[in-house]
Amino acid sequence: MSFEEFVARRHAAGELVVQPRMGFADPAAMRAGLAATRNAAAATVGTVTLDSYTRVCDTASVAHALRNGIALNGYPIVNHPAEVTRGMLDGLEGPDFPVQVRHGSARPADIFRAMIAAGLHATEGGPVSYCLPYSRTPLDESVRNWAHCCDLLLDAEHPAGRPHLETFGGCMMGQLCPPSELVALSVLEALFFYRKGVRSISVSYAQQTNMTQDQEAVSALRRLCAELLPEATWHVVIYAYMGLFPRTSDGARGLLGTAAELAVTTGSERLIVKTTAEAHRIPTVAENVAALDHAGAVARSVTGRVVVEDDNQVYREAYALVDAVLNSHADLGRAIVVAFKRGLLDVPYCLHPDNAGQARSYLDATGRLGWSELGSLPLHRVVERHHADRITSSTLMSALSHVQNAYDAEALEQPMRAIGGES
Amino acid sequence: MTEELHAYGGGVATGPSRRTVIVSSMASDSHTWNLVYLELLVGELGFEVVNLGACVPDELLESECLSRRPAMLVLSSVNGHGHQDGLRVIQRLRALPGLRTMPVVIGGKLGVGGALTAEETAQLLLAGFDAVFDDQQGAASFRRFAATLSAGASQVEA
Repeated sequence: MSFEEFVARRHAAGELVVQPRMGFADPAAMRAGLAATRNAAAATVGTVTLDSYTRVCDTASVAHALRNGIALNGYPIVNHPAEVTRGMLDGLEGPDFPVQVRHGSARPADIFRAMIAAGLHATEGGPVSYCLPYSRTPLDESVRNWAHCCDLLLDAEHPAGRPHLETFGGCMMGQLCPPSELVALSVLEALFFYRKGVRSISVSYAQQTNMTQDQEAVSALRRLCAELLPEATWHVVIYAYMGLFPRTSDGARGLLGTAAELAVTTGSERLIVKTTAEAHRIPTVAENVAALDHAGAVARSVTGRVVVEDDNQVYREAYALVDAVLNSHADLGRAIVVAFKRGLLDVPYCLHPDNAGQARSYLDATGRLGWSELGSLPLHRVVERHHADRITSSTLMSALSHVQNAYDAEALEQPMRAIGGES
Repeated sequence: MTEELHAYGGGVATGPSRRTVIVSSMASDSHTWNLVYLELLVGELGFEVVNLGACVPDELLESECLSRRPAMLVLSSVNGHGHQDGLRVIQRLRALPGLRTMPVVIGGKLGVGGALTAEETAQLLLAGFDAVFDDQQGAASFRRFAATLSAGASQVEA
């Protein structure tokens, strides 16, 4: 059973598939992490997250670290021989436990080759989302690289089922990117994969700052995918909040629980979790398993889909962005490059040289993300602009910490209430 | 300060600038919110800021420091590789005669296992960093360090 079939069957059975981020340099540690993920009390898929050196094709630094026993922040799939990776997965990965490779590279050809050689068929990323926020690679080069990787994936034999690609575009910058642009980028990357011939796709969306706005965003994402990916099998993957995470355990669990609620109420099929260690360090296997268990339990306790207005504000903005890009060039890869050059796509606070950097976002009093500066974004007729005050280091930090503080405060107030006997 | 000095990657031979601070990641680190924040913070302390962005290769860091001769180089890393990357980068920069006394600081989440040990911090200082700011310390100690630079004579060798 392939990645897509596993997710579809669990969804049909009423289960939310939950997945960690997890990567260890040592094959035995990686295997133990996957085994623990598989045994968690939830419907899980496994993750092999690669290290940061592999992302930037620095195999020499990986080799140095492996030789000298220096810790890496992920599994170096290019340096480990294919038979080592196959051995690491042997008896674990399979129809009941698909494994996805997660990396973050704008130059991923060697990663794709290593993954295919190891018998894996599911990965994620995209020409924009793994270039602009995470690299110095020129956008047009990243587009060429990702087109080539789609070919690599489609040309290879995959005995376990159709190769699967997930967009990372719905997670751009982790925080403070207005949901409409997240939706537009996720859709555009999905369409990029689709036009290359990929037919098994998932589209990401990362939890932001306001539940209602997030639900509108997932609705918009579904509406656009239904229209643009008619012959693909696709599902939605929600990412638990990717910005500054609550420092208290209760706050972190509360925020993860809200992400699970977002996933279930929007009919999303899969959730990438975060742990109670997130604010402090890279989580342990046990912390990841606890997060999977918690997310699964919350998902089981939530019932019912939310009813969202089809033609909501997030949809209108996302539609305008996607439409402007598609009208920029017949070839979608060129269109994306041209759109960024003209500022038709412009990611707030993104430092990459190919990003215009004129658009700015802000958080309103209700926690909704909006635009304070539009730059050249084609949203002048769609958005009510808000002139926010000039951003300073402390106002930026407040916006970045908004969710962290809200969930920590809630967690810290509970025992105070208990002591005060207010209930 | 001349216009040329503002030009990105200008490679213009200039004297040290007390007003310019370079904010940068290192080669393997893709995170940028820390850099966006530092750019604003250092700017508010009265410096011109050159923000080199994500995944800065050692060669670019070296050439930017040589051409701009900044009042300070601020390296920020949050991916857990900061200790290893920091040691490599500082040894490379300190090997260049023009950069031996340039103030260089590093901060962030520098190890994969949370805060660095005292020994790891000492290694970074011994290798040539002027200060190491652990994630837990907040911005206050960094502000105090930066204030000593903006207050008076340049510490950069001519």
